Amino acid sequence: MLRLNNNPVLDTVIKLVTTAVAMFAFVFVVMVPLYDVLCDALGINGKTSGEAYTAVQAGVDESRTITIQFVATNNESMPWEFGPSVTMMKVNPGASNDTVFLARNPLPQAMIAQAIPSVSPARAAAYFHKTECFCFNQQPLDGETATDMPLQFIVDRDLPQDIKTITLSYTLFDITDLVDGDVAAR
Amino acid sequence: MGDHHHGPAKGLSRWLFTTNHKDIGTMYLWFSFAMFILGGSFAMIIRAELFQPGMQLVDPAFFNQMTTLHGLVMVFGAIMPSFVGLANWMIPMMIGAPDMALPRMNNWSFWILPPAFLILASTLFMEGGAPAFGWTFYAPLSTTYAPPSVTYFIFSIHVLGLSSIMGSINIIATVMNMRAPGMTYMKMPMFVWTWLITAFLLVAVMPVLAGAVTMMLMDIHFGTSFFSAAGGGDPVLFQHIFWFFGHPEVYIIILPAFGVVSQIIPAFSRKPLFGYDSMVYATAAIAFLSFVVWAHHMYTVGMPVAGELFFMYATMLIAVPTGVKVFNWVSTMWRGAMTFETPMLFAIGFLVLFTIGGFTGLMLSIAPADFQYHDSYFVVAHFHYVMVAGAVFSMSAAVYYWLPKWCGRMYNETMGKTHFWISFIGFNIAFFPQHFVGLAGMPRRIPDYALQFADFNMLSSIGAFIYGASQILFLYNVVATIVAGKPTSEEKTWDGAEGLEWTVATPAPYHTFETPPQVK
Ligand code: HEM
Ligand SMILES: [Cu+2]
Repeated sequence: MLRLNNNPVLDTVIKLVTTAVAMFAFVFVVMVPLYDVLCDALGINGKTSGEAYTAVQAGVDESRTITIQFVATNNESMPWEFGPSVTMMKVNPGASNDTVFLARNPLPQAMIAQAIPSVSPARAAAYFHKTECFCFNQQPLDGETATDMPLQFIVDRDLPQDIKTITLSYTLFDITDLVDGDVAAR
Repeated sequence: MGDHHHGPAKGLSRWLFTTNHKDIGTMYLWFSFAMFILGGSFAMIIRAELFQPGMQLVDPAFFNQMTTLHGLVMVFGAIMPSFVGLANWMIPMMIGAPDMALPRMNNWSFWILPPAFLILASTLFMEGGAPAFGWTFYAPLSTTYAPPSVTYFIFSIHVLGLSSIMGSINIIATVMNMRAPGMTYMKMPMFVWTWLITAFLLVAVMPVLAGAVTMMLMDIHFGTSFFSAAGGGDPVLFQHIFWFFGHPEVYIIILPAFGVVSQIIPAFSRKPLFGYDSMVYATAAIAFLSFVVWAHHMYTVGMPVAGELFFMYATMLIAVPTGVKVFNWVSTMWRGAMTFETPMLFAIGFLVLFTIGGFTGLMLSIAPADFQYHDSYFVVAHFHYVMVAGAVFSMSAAVYYWLPKWCGRMYNETMGKTHFWISFIGFNIAFFPQHFVGLAGMPRRIPDYALQFADFNMLSSIGAFIYGASQILFLYNVVATIVAGKPTSEEKTWDGAEGLEWTVATPAPYHTFETPPQVK
């Protein structure tokens, strides 16, 4: 076996301390990124892709209609008024659809928000493609102003046959205090 | 054996500065017993509140602090240090070494423990109360919604993790480098083997626990979002990291107990351990598998079906090496000339009750069934069968088995047997009904419950009080033995006992094996 020190006890200790330090690092540099990669790749946890989707497929599947439901929630003490402009849409797989979410900052000061999406059933997440979404970016808003936040999406033609309804939910977080760095980018 | 050229120093400084493995072992054992009493009194408060439905004694916030601290103190304060104490006392004597390989570090790894638990216990008196998020401290309960004392909790976890890592490094360094001539790996007593493997597990996963609490600290104070969805993190990630530590941790708790039982059953069956080699391989297999089953604690978080299946089959696979062990212990007793002194009673109690706990574990490992069992009292019953009737029973067995060697005095056998029977009966009255209330739907970690669970809960509480009281008898018996037990100088307390520790004088001299023995 590899010898790092002539004193056998010290040799053992060096190897074990290295192992312990490596395991500590393992949590940060392997487990965390690996978890994110896996969730993205498998579309589990209802996580949809954080990046804009470029449409590849041609053709709309007129034979199926999928019901899309929109849900909006405020996290904790987030004071904004936040909700979908329509709560439900019927769409064909393969077609591009547009809608907007409405947001209003009732407080006098400017704030920054971040919306986190989640899709249910989780199995549908990998088939729900957003070509444009307000959740891709942080949303700054001046005090006492309102805005329309656009969403454009395509439901994949390969969506499993048994899924007839997809619920897209957004939770809006107040990140005004966090935003000095690019914390939200993690 | 053992020539006394210098004995222990006098007074308090003996204990503060000692580097003697026996002194340090003794301190670990007493410390863990104190924690056992502390954690036990938290449990008594829990069971008193649950004695009847409705809110009687404590408010829900305090109840949650009790369940949290009970779990933390028992796992990290009572069970783990007690086995480290046993390792300190016994491993050098079992492998024919004069002391641990790193005596000075040994002193440190003990002495940082009491402050860590002092800090943890002091959170009870802080503003906002002690941690109340369960011993598994899931985020965001332990981050966004945690009381301010969480920072002290994190610090104490860091310190006790450090202590465990130092202790394990010491054990591995001792076993790998200090064995007497002729003591090959495959001649080592099972207790040494199980501890060697446990120590490797500890070195591998305690840093993971440290990583988890470090991330919590950063989320709470430094604006990161590892576990917060607002910043792109994910609370479920916490559970993965925690259980990646947590499942190996439960084997860290039980493997040394396996080792103890593998010493005691042969001694009182007067036969060598059946299937020694397969015991070693089974232990290694369990340790290896324990790294790939963690998500059986998380079947309900929404994993893909393939994930559920993988973790389900991997978990069931662990039952195979565990079954090998149970089979070997039973075969060791088969046609042995058995006697039933207190250590053997506790070892057999361990065997029976641990097997029940293993079976309920198998039930829980069935992913679709676990959706019903998860977070119910069934889980509580399962892990108390493996941790109390497993680890704590084997620890009691160990104390009775080696106490005469440690202090040169014999304990009171009648009182020992009484302790066993009261423990055994009390334990089963306390925890067996919890299987039923769990299956019937009673959730864990609640201060109040639906009326239909009332009878079984009262029974549980009565059993818990009986079990708790029997530990006072244990304490009394041990103290009475040390102060005024019948002196014995027989090298071999038990005629069927094997191993180097039974070749030194009784009581074991302060220094043993200064010249290594020759092992044939
Ligand atoms: C045959 C071996 C075992 C199997 C198959 C097994 C399986 C399981 C499963 C599936 C759970 C999760 C239940 C749930 O939360 O829904 C569980 C929980 C637990 N097991 Fe085991 N187990 C085994 C042995 C052990 C041993 C030896 C210990 C410790 C000495 C242990 C300690 C625990 C603890 C502490 C929990 C609960 C953790 C918590 O949520 O607080 N188990 N077990
Ligand atoms: Cu587990």
